[in-house]
Amino acid sequence: MELNALSEQFKEAILQATVRGGQGVVECQVAKLHEILQFCHQSPVYQIDVLLDVVGVDYLGKAPRFALVYLLYSTNLKHRMRIKVWVDEKDKVPTASDIWHSADWAEREVYDMFGIHFDKHPNLKRILLFEGFEGHPLRKDYPVNRRQPIPEIEEKL
Amino acid sequence: MEQSFLTTKISEIVAWGRKYSLWPMPFGTACCAIEFMGTVSNMFDISRFGAELVRFSPRQSDLLLVLGTINYKQAAILKKIYQQMAEPRYVIAVGACATCGGFYDNYAVLQGIDEVIPVDVYVPGCPPRPEQILLAIVKLQEKLEAEAKGKQAKDQLRAKAQILDSARHSEFKGTFVPGSQTTSGEKH
Repeated sequence: MELNALSEQFKEAILQATVRGGQGVVECQVAKLHEILQFCHQSPVYQIDVLLDVVGVDYLGKAPRFALVYLLYSTNLKHRMRIKVWVDEKDKVPTASDIWHSADWAEREVYDMFGIHFDKHPNLKRILLFEGFEGHPLRKDYPVNRRQPIPEIEEKL
Repeated sequence: MEQSFLTTKISEIVAWGRKYSLWPMPFGTACCAIEFMGTVSNMFDISRFGAELVRFSPRQSDLLLVLGTINYKQAAILKKIYQQMAEPRYVIAVGACATCGGFYDNYAVLQGIDEVIPVDVYVPGCPPRPEQILLAIVKLQEKLEAEAKGKQAKDQLRAKAQILDSARHSEFKGTFVPGSQTTSGEKH
């Protein structure tokens, strides 16, 4: 695993690129995120064909507040990559669901838990929590044991 | 012994039969269900207590074993399954999660199934040992016997269950007012 091809292609957009434990770790800007993911997917050097997960992290008090981590894997070359971007609440992150279909649900989960919006996502709505839930429970400022009603519960009970 | 017979009361002999013929319906959502598998299998052998016929249909069983964490989305399903069971029906809450929510004091988890359905026996543990589940069944059998011994006790228990049923139903709706329940420990 080496990241030279990626670093040369996106010089300004890449903030940091290292290889740790055989895994490529890349930190980049949101503006070029989609292009970088597309490049990893299509370039013969990386051949990333699996998006394992999209993870959100809340660094409350920092600016930008959230981090998004894309966990990538190549079934052909058997190598892994981790791409990290810093985003804010109002930022519109480009969706990766047009590159990998697995991004669809992964991004919906991030939206559900952290309230990060993904631009051009085909169906951006809650996936785990019910409709009508207020707030995003994995944010650090969500009260840890605040419970909420399920609107349809009365019909079902 | 030409004429051998014994005398008893109908309620007591019914309870005696019922005691050793419980049909469990496992509602397994977490690791407690794995412990229940151990309880059913040969090492611990739940059939020694007459409750070995595990049915996965609420309509064919009279003992609901809630094994695991119940969150808000599951609560309505659990209540529906309880209502589908034939009377008389009994509930054992197995494990910390079913009893009180366990360590899941968070946005998604019901703080004990007794917010939705009445419970006969609570089993602590995370998860409990199979012996504890067996003890819970013995405790339930004792309760069945006590019910049959005195009509008064039985009526009281039934009335209590009905009060619990209706009260918890209304509380269940009232419990989840947004923002009203932000501290732990205040269940109702």
